[in-house]
Amino acid sequence: MATDSDPKTPTRRRFVQGTLRTAVGAGACGLGLGLFAAQSRSLPADALRPPGALPEDRFLSACVRCGLCVRACPYDTLKLADLGAGPAAGTPYYKARNIPCEMCEDIPCAKACPTGALDKHIGDIATARMGVAVIVSRDTCLNLQGLRCDVCYRVCPVIDKAITLEQTHNRRTGKHAVFEPVVRPDACTGCGKCEKSCVLAEAAIKVLPIKIAVGHQDAHYRRGWEEKTKAGHELVPGIIDLPDRLPEMKP
Amino acid sequence: MTARIPGRDAWAQHGFFRAHKYLIVRRLTQLGVLALFLTGPLAGIWIAKGTLSASLTFDLLPLTDPFVLLQSLAARHWPETTALTGVAIVIGFYLVFGGRTFCSWACPVNPVTDLAAWLRRRLGVEKGFSMRREARWLVALAVLAASAATGTIAWELINPVTLIYRVALFGTLAGLAVVVAVFVFDLVVARGGWCGHVCPVGTAYALIGKATLLRVSARGRVRCDDCLDCFAVCPENHVIAPALRGRDGAGPVIASADCTVCGRCVDVCPERVFSLTHRFDTRVDAAVPPPPSAAGRPAPAALEKV
Ligand code: SF4
Ligand code: SF4
Ligand code: SF4
Ligand code: SF4
Repeated sequence: MATDSDPKTPTRRRFVQGTLRTAVGAGACGLGLGLFAAQSRSLPADALRPPGALPEDRFLSACVRCGLCVRACPYDTLKLADLGAGPAAGTPYYKARNIPCEMCEDIPCAKACPTGALDKHIGDIATARMGVAVIVSRDTCLNLQGLRCDVCYRVCPVIDKAITLEQTHNRRTGKHAVFEPVVRPDACTGCGKCEKSCVLAEAAIKVLPIKIAVGHQDAHYRRGWEEKTKAGHELVPGIIDLPDRLPEMKP
Repeated sequence: MTARIPGRDAWAQHGFFRAHKYLIVRRLTQLGVLALFLTGPLAGIWIAKGTLSASLTFDLLPLTDPFVLLQSLAARHWPETTALTGVAIVIGFYLVFGGRTFCSWACPVNPVTDLAAWLRRRLGVEKGFSMRREARWLVALAVLAASAATGTIAWELINPVTLIYRVALFGTLAGLAVVVAVFVFDLVVARGGWCGHVCPVGTAYALIGKATLLRVSARGRVRCDDCLDCFAVCPENHVIAPALRGRDGAGPVIASADCTVCGRCVDVCPERVFSLTHRFDTRVDAAVPPPPSAAGRPAPAALEKV
């Protein structure tokens, strides 16, 4: 055949093979990098982003890992993630139990960010939402045992709004009160001062990512008692009120 | 017979400094750039903050790496003005001063790959896996695709350019693994492989360098005696031949954007063929009769010793 005698064929074949090999190689690089990038999108639950950070999926498209926010933080709170440390390599994060965010009024970290990964227009630090504190260990929290520790409550920069002490009956002694620390997700900034200062060796209160710690009620649920107050009267008039049954009652 | 060591002739004829001038100035510049960042964490004197991906100098001058920003755009984030100003300044600078001059004058990976290349020459490592020059464009495109697909600035996960700075400035030591990998890649897998064929950061600078002003010229090409020292030291040696040989009426200026303007060819050429100039400089030296050995140049006997 003519192709066999064509002196160009081996060169051409080598060219095509070379091009193919290069394209496949580059494609494999891209694929590998993509998979690695996809994997490093998950943020460990104890790593918190600086105030004003975009939601995690958008944060990774914006943060160039320059560390200017880290440099701006006067409390050495923020760190840049090392390769394999958990958060995507080079991105800023903090661990509340190590050094919490002191909630600087002028928010220097967000102001320093050149890319908008941190919103420099966040304004009031109390509107920052870095995470939400949760009592994760009800059977070790001293207050929940009926003691008066109160430390997490007292250190909270948004005291009485983000965290309150709710007085309930102490069922163990039968005559004392329990002052239960209750966090309000709509006011908690996630700064982590409470987690940092919990007196237990392993904190009973921890700041978790909002996505994990906060649930949402479906929009179509209505609370009858609220609707009743709104409407000013019974919603279903003439409803028969059956006697309540408690488990120990015989039918 | 031992292999010829490139640069030794220039050293013998013109002295150590002239045979290493650009190399020395380059190493000092690379260290100087790092020092601007290091004085802060080490001594509390803050000159430049951040890393090579984005920085702020004297709390005034923002700089942003073009390829990082490109990935951010691919991941569909429109950055703040500060980052955009920074990238405009960087592009403006390298449009004048050589594009890939970033690679040879500022990038901290350069000493690493230079060391690999030097070891390769000394150990006589085979050229190895030959990669296509177009590979770098495909790699850059693949990285941008990965950024777009994952919505992240993907290359920054493993980018050795900024990793070295993060290691030095923020103590994230695990990043050194990538640097070691790059060194091994250049030493045993492909000659000049990383900077010349893979690194997409350099590719972005090469793109800027396509129209850049600062260039190297083989102005004295008539004097070339084919010792091939420049080819041996040049990290991108395909760029030299057109300008040096002047085939098909090619001008003396090394036009390829792959040239990093490292100036090594200027240093090692015993005939002083190369010089730094601007891209529109068409001057070529006239042919001169070979100078008599008494005219300030060492006699051939002196050359034999090296
Ligand atoms: S608000 Fe202040 S303490 Fe908190 S991360 Fe920013 S700079 Fe650091
Ligand atoms: S300053 Fe902004 S871009 Fe830089 S590391 Fe911090 S969050 Fe990322
Ligand atoms: S994290 Fe703790 S200390 Fe900080 S605002 Fe929330 S409840 Fe208060
Ligand atoms: S041509 Fe000269 S200046 Fe350009 S990269 Fe090669 S050795 Fe360096």
